[in-house]
Amino acid sequence: MIQSMPFRAALLSIVMAVLMFGVWEAAVVTPEKSTEMTEYEMLMGGADQEARVPPPSDVLKHAWGELSDPFYDKGPNDKGIGIQLAYSLYRVLTGYVLAALIAIPIGFVVGMSPLMYNALNPFIQILRPISPLAWMPLALFIIQDSETSAIFVIFICSIWPMLINTAFGVANVRGDWINVARTHELSALRTAFQVILPAAAPTILTGMRISIGIAWLVIVAAEMLVGGTGIGYYVWNEWNNLDLNSVIFSILMIGCVGMLLDLSLARAQKLVEYNE
Amino acid sequence: MSKAFLEVSGLAKVYATKEGNDFTVYEDVNFTLDKGEFVCIIGHSGCGKSTILNTLAGLDDPSGGAVIMNGKEVKGPSLERGVVFQNYSLLPWLSTLSNVEFGVKARWKDWSKSKVREHSTRFLNMVGLEHALNRKPSELSGGMRQRVSIARAFATQPELLLLDEPFGALDALTRGVIQEELVKIWSETHQTVFMITHDVDEAILLSDRIFLMSNGPNAAIAESVKVDIPRPRQRNTIFQQPGYYQLRNYLVNFLVNRSAEKPEDTSGKPKEVNPLSGLETSSAPDAAISEDSVQAQNNEHPLAVNQ
Repeated sequence: MIQSMPFRAALLSIVMAVLMFGVWEAAVVTPEKSTEMTEYEMLMGGADQEARVPPPSDVLKHAWGELSDPFYDKGPNDKGIGIQLAYSLYRVLTGYVLAALIAIPIGFVVGMSPLMYNALNPFIQILRPISPLAWMPLALFIIQDSETSAIFVIFICSIWPMLINTAFGVANVRGDWINVARTHELSALRTAFQVILPAAAPTILTGMRISIGIAWLVIVAAEMLVGGTGIGYYVWNEWNNLDLNSVIFSILMIGCVGMLLDLSLARAQKLVEYNE
Repeated sequence: MSKAFLEVSGLAKVYATKEGNDFTVYEDVNFTLDKGEFVCIIGHSGCGKSTILNTLAGLDDPSGGAVIMNGKEVKGPSLERGVVFQNYSLLPWLSTLSNVEFGVKARWKDWSKSKVREHSTRFLNMVGLEHALNRKPSELSGGMRQRVSIARAFATQPELLLLDEPFGALDALTRGVIQEELVKIWSETHQTVFMITHDVDEAILLSDRIFLMSNGPNAAIAESVKVDIPRPRQRNTIFQQPGYYQLRNYLVNFLVNRSAEKPEDTSGKPKEVNPLSGLETSSAPDAAISEDSVQAQNNEHPLAVNQ
């Protein structure tokens, strides 16, 4: 049992984490001030000594404090980490669901019809490589609402992987299965839902998984731009406060939430997977 | 005009090649099937057997000619013509039972859930799969998958069943077992079956008639050989039937030596042959084949369509 692979891997992970934190802790020890402070330094309250990357012990202490009260709200500049993450998740999920509602049906049509594929392909190829943040000024001008603009940016960045994967999955459904539908006189709608959708579902889910990953990457940058609320704004705000404890803590939280989003879609992917 | 159940007339398949020439796979294919008949078609690769079968199914459009079933021209696929594909074509995300129910539900849309289930289970029992109802196709062996496919096709009770080399990918032992199951299920339902095979023994075991195709390009159904061996036939005893080897030799001889010849009859109708018609008098099988087959060209076979 003790020799089992997962156990040994977990053990190794813990050793690596301890090593990493140990090195980090040792590397950022506050240097003893040997000389007397200059007048300038005294005026600045010895700020240079404090401007350093905090050791992991401080970060963990801070994280414990934040996580024990995640939903406090003391005005626009001081909200709990739970509230900030909830804002970001709300924007990501709204933009993402809207994108899925549009990308999957269009991807279906594009995948089914070579004509539509060739007609839409140039647009997709041009629009796809545009950084979603490049849309932000246009979105702000047209929508005139920063909240909705952030959602629009998420929408525009999640749409492409889903659209392309859906089209690819639908176009590559095995001809035999289509023939099964044809010999059973299935209507176009039934063929779409009973044969093509389940056959293409794993590929579609792959697209959805890529999209949620990109959306979570983009929301941080988008919120740094639009400000107000959200985890991206929080990171930038704490940088302006020179509170590196909070910055490092929120970086870790972004990673954890991103992992959970990916895990939930991986779970969904398992449900629709099949072996030939 | 004959009143056959299925009539194929002047069927042709022509592909345009890159050089702009026409490549004729087959042309002027004519034959008829009677209701309840089991017909196998044998020929070398490339002669267009599968294309003929797909045209009967309505999955492939002919370049010329027509297929008439029950007085109506075949245009597109239909539930009246069930197909068993060589690669099984089961839907891999559905269980064995759901795959059969898929066909049954498509056939009888107003059936209740329990009736669909009962009907599907009955046909899966017929092929001996009652223990594997909830398994996915990927968890089944090739032979079991093909059984599911056969159960699905028979369960929808089409008027014409088209089997495209259903046992081609199976090993000899599995093949034998499923052949017997096919005989059993067919003897219960007596559907009209049109089947492609490469196996002469399989064709003799199953068929009422065997179509022999000449080689492509410009292939044609050269002969329609009557299998004059009484039913019920058993795989382990059929080779003791009088005339079995005579018939087998006749078929093998055609495939090995004569399939490259162009049929001398240009009417497009396959020549009706019964290698066993003079059986009692013949002592030397090889000599008898050639003589008998000449005599048998216009025998009193009930399906003879020669004018």
